[in-house]
Amino acid sequence: MAEISLGRALNRALHDALDGDPDVLVYGEDVGALGGVFRVTDGLTATFGEDRCFDSPLAEAGIVGTAIGIAMYGQRPVVEMQFDAFALPAFEQVVSHVAKMRNRTRGRVELPLVIRIPYGGGIGAVEHHADSSEAYFAHTPGLRVVTPATPADGYSMLREAIECPDPVVFLEPKRRYWATADIELPVRTEPMDRAVVRRPGTDVTLIAYGPMVATALEAAEAGQREGRDIEVIDLRSLSPFDEETVTESVRRTGRAVVVHEASTFGGYGAEVAARVTEQCFHYLEAPVLRVGGLDIPYPPPKLESYHLPNADRILDAIDRLQWESEWVPGGTGGQPPLHQTGVGA
Amino acid sequence: MKRTDELAGSAPPLPSQEPIRLVDPQGHRVGEAEYLTPEPGTLLALLRAMIIGRRFDRQASALARQGRLAVYPSSHGQEACQVGGVLALADDDWLFPTYRDCVSLVTRGVDPVEVLTLLRGDWHSGYDPEPHRCAPQCTPLATNASHAVGLTYAARRKGQDAAALVLMGDGATSEGDAHEAYNFAAVWNTPVVFLIQNNRWAISVPVDKQTAAPTLAHKAIGYGMRGYNVDGNDAAAVHAVVSHALAEARAGGGPAIVEAQTYRLDPHTNSDDPQRYRDDAEVEYWKARDPLTRLEALLRGEGLLDDAEVERMSAEGERLAADVRERLSGPDRLTPEELFSHVYSTAPAMLRRQRQELLDEMRKG
Repeated sequence: MAEISLGRALNRALHDALDGDPDVLVYGEDVGALGGVFRVTDGLTATFGEDRCFDSPLAEAGIVGTAIGIAMYGQRPVVEMQFDAFALPAFEQVVSHVAKMRNRTRGRVELPLVIRIPYGGGIGAVEHHADSSEAYFAHTPGLRVVTPATPADGYSMLREAIECPDPVVFLEPKRRYWATADIELPVRTEPMDRAVVRRPGTDVTLIAYGPMVATALEAAEAGQREGRDIEVIDLRSLSPFDEETVTESVRRTGRAVVVHEASTFGGYGAEVAARVTEQCFHYLEAPVLRVGGLDIPYPPPKLESYHLPNADRILDAIDRLQWESEWVPGGTGGQPPLHQTGVGA
Repeated sequence: MKRTDELAGSAPPLPSQEPIRLVDPQGHRVGEAEYLTPEPGTLLALLRAMIIGRRFDRQASALARQGRLAVYPSSHGQEACQVGGVLALADDDWLFPTYRDCVSLVTRGVDPVEVLTLLRGDWHSGYDPEPHRCAPQCTPLATNASHAVGLTYAARRKGQDAAALVLMGDGATSEGDAHEAYNFAAVWNTPVVFLIQNNRWAISVPVDKQTAAPTLAHKAIGYGMRGYNVDGNDAAAVHAVVSHALAEARAGGGPAIVEAQTYRLDPHTNSDDPQRYRDDAEVEYWKARDPLTRLEALLRGEGLLDDAEVERMSAEGERLAADVRERLSGPDRLTPEELFSHVYSTAPAMLRRQRQELLDEMRKG
């Protein structure tokens, strides 16, 4: 066993995928000599040569567009978008072609490509370096959209994404790049399209993914001290959505809160809340709540802590789940005081 | 790293302002030493494919008027570009067509009824790309160009020398994707020929509102590519120049832009009204430069073609048109449950459920 960060686990996954299959290619901006701005591709060019891991022109639509052609010819490109908002020039290629190629050709052409996007905030980055674009991608049929929250999942899910015959948008929670775990690589965790219960509990289900899984676990720990037994689900796959795991949990706990750091309005959490309500209505003790980022453009770094959900906001939401019979929706009576756990942020 | 002053000698030449032409509008040779006029057999093949292609295009337009196609973007008048380009390809090469390039697909050997699937509205692409090496027709502009770059890059990695021909219109050259594709192709030195069919109009917007470049072929210079300006109604010239560019690219000379000067005689699609934006005199000017009559005149003038041969080619076109008419005359055979079959390699539970719900709905009527 060794202490391994998410960033190193992803690096090892790319290394092992390149080693195991000559059709795997890694390219993007600065992924060669520099090893990527987050060093996720560190050492790959040195080990495998310029033919397998290389710098491309600085052009995201071109990177994804050429990856489509490479995948059409039966190879497996893994491309890096460097930062979330910089993936937007490639959005048309992703939505109009990557997501649809299998369907428009009646299954005759598949695109086994992976688009890696470091996403989300919390690292003090400037504008356009901290967005969460998962809802845009998850809204598009034909894409698989996944996001690991742990080093073990980082390794396992990236290997699986590269092996997958479908195109995968692989969202890397950049503020967890340096989070470590004591694991032995290579490792294979649960299948990529399954959610997992990170922490069992009986009172309420927290549904989180990517950067918010750790925050949800913090909240659950703090909640434990207040006598709440909180279950935490890590979705892992945003599309397809693992309804089975989520539904089973919420039917058991009767309460659910969805947590993500992207802006709340029209966000991925709305989809989860709607589905949970449809599937679990008669088991619910309270409405499904969302804890998401503020509905503002991503804030400047010195203000981002006001935007990002933390453990306190999650615990406040849990408190609003009608634990007390005197609580009136929309009213103020009976509502407990806001939490100040000092954890999170 | 080369210094700027060392680069001056290696820059590709500027494309000529006057398009390269091998056959004038009256059907006479105007030899250009650099580009060999195709052999008689190739010239006959070009004429045959243009006659068949035009008949197909006329038939498809008629089917659109009858409501049997949802829409049809005609390429009437642009046959020399599509036929000249496609017949320059080797079997292993790939074609990346747009929605206006149905004639190119028919020329490549794709079943004409499958070519029309997209426009009939049965499915987004009706043919299997692999057998004829034809990518699905692209409706967004210029987005297919980078696919061709990636595909040929992958082919080269495998030690195969497949080249690609990307068809695009004048309007498409304004899109950012065109720029990125040209640049990737040049930097990666992949064997791709971008054939711009400059048919003067992007729906209602004329080419002089599209670009300030002297010709669209000039765009090649900024990417370090070769650019060719060719008479797009001269099938011999298009074929010769595309063949030349493909040969250069295959030999490691890098990609090229070929701009073909042509004209869209028909509306943008059957639902467009070109009288709002262009005058008849312009259309008449281009009608007098018809690519079919030009090549036919050359071949007849040189004793390579007689009435009987033209008759045979026309009959072939008629048979194809009749076959298309007949096969598209029946009722739609739609399979709605197929909507769920190709979204993912394995349908997720949500799609399996929606499929079942749709089947139940259909059963109930």
